[in-house]
Amino acid sequence: MTSIAIILNGAEMTVETTSLAQLLADRGVDERQRFVAVAVNNLVMPRSEWASVRLAAGDRVEIVQPMKGG
Amino acid sequence: MDDPFNLGGERFASRLLMGSAGFPNQQVMLDALDASGAEIVTVAIRRINLSGQHEETAAVLGARGRLLPNTAGCYTARDAVLTAQLAREALGTNWIKLEVIGDRHTLYPDVPELLAAAGELVQAGFVVLPYCNDDPITCRKLADLGCAAVMPLAAPIGSGMGLINRYNLAIIRDRIEVPVVVDAGIGTASDAAIALELGCDAVLVNSAIAKARRPVLMADAMRRAVEAGRLAWRAGRIPQLHHAEASSPEAGLIGT
Repeated sequence: MTSIAIILNGAEMTVETTSLAQLLADRGVDERQRFVAVAVNNLVMPRSEWASVRLAAGDRVEIVQPMKGG
Repeated sequence: MDDPFNLGGERFASRLLMGSAGFPNQQVMLDALDASGAEIVTVAIRRINLSGQHEETAAVLGARGRLLPNTAGCYTARDAVLTAQLAREALGTNWIKLEVIGDRHTLYPDVPELLAAAGELVQAGFVVLPYCNDDPITCRKLADLGCAAVMPLAAPIGSGMGLINRYNLAIIRDRIEVPVVVDAGIGTASDAAIALELGCDAVLVNSAIAKARRPVLMADAMRRAVEAGRLAWRAGRIPQLHHAEASSPEAGLIGT
């Protein structure tokens, strides 16, 4: 098992995977889920690429969704 | 469709856009949306709750209208561009209500950052709808960059102050060929009506509805005000005079 330190939605944490898809699955987000988007180091990762993206130590991952707003 | 509102290459029957923030609860928000007749409703893009509680906002609102994501809360062009790209990925829309805020106290736009973000997003194929100052020069520049509309504020966001400088809005309407959507500062129905009477194409209302004592009634009032204001603009108001102009005939008076 590989552990890496990343910044996920602004919080530093250690995760047990280098697979973006696995990280998302661990957070309850799978590629069939609508209305969610992911960026790694300020680059949007289309969901078709989630399965192939590998994370590295220090990566900044953002997982966002639409919410109520003006 | 009689007198459609053309925006971003599409046609809408309603000239009222509604924001979805700050309602007492979700049912009131949905009832207000129905009462408003709005076909376009704004949403924000935010980090998900990592504990697994995912929002259902997009699903419930998206079933009733077109979702217009915003970049609210962004203070730099860079953050706004990334938020727009995330919104496009999350919602499958290239429409973006572009906000680049200058400071927390006024929530006024940071114009240089706004212009930079607008240019970049237009080049990237977005339909850019920028929240901006009621400044004809800024609006001119945004239109020249290729924005699909300009969205000048009536007054600071959430202030409910109404149209503080209606003459600027009239100048913007006269000088800018893209749709003018008055965004922010609307306080009550007459404010929305005046915006349309001035010839503005539409208004975006959030707090005035969401924070009203009875939001659904206010949404209905806004719908009627927007329709009345638009009709009055099309009908053409009479000139304003500084003296009286008799309306009854002067001939045939008794006692002459």
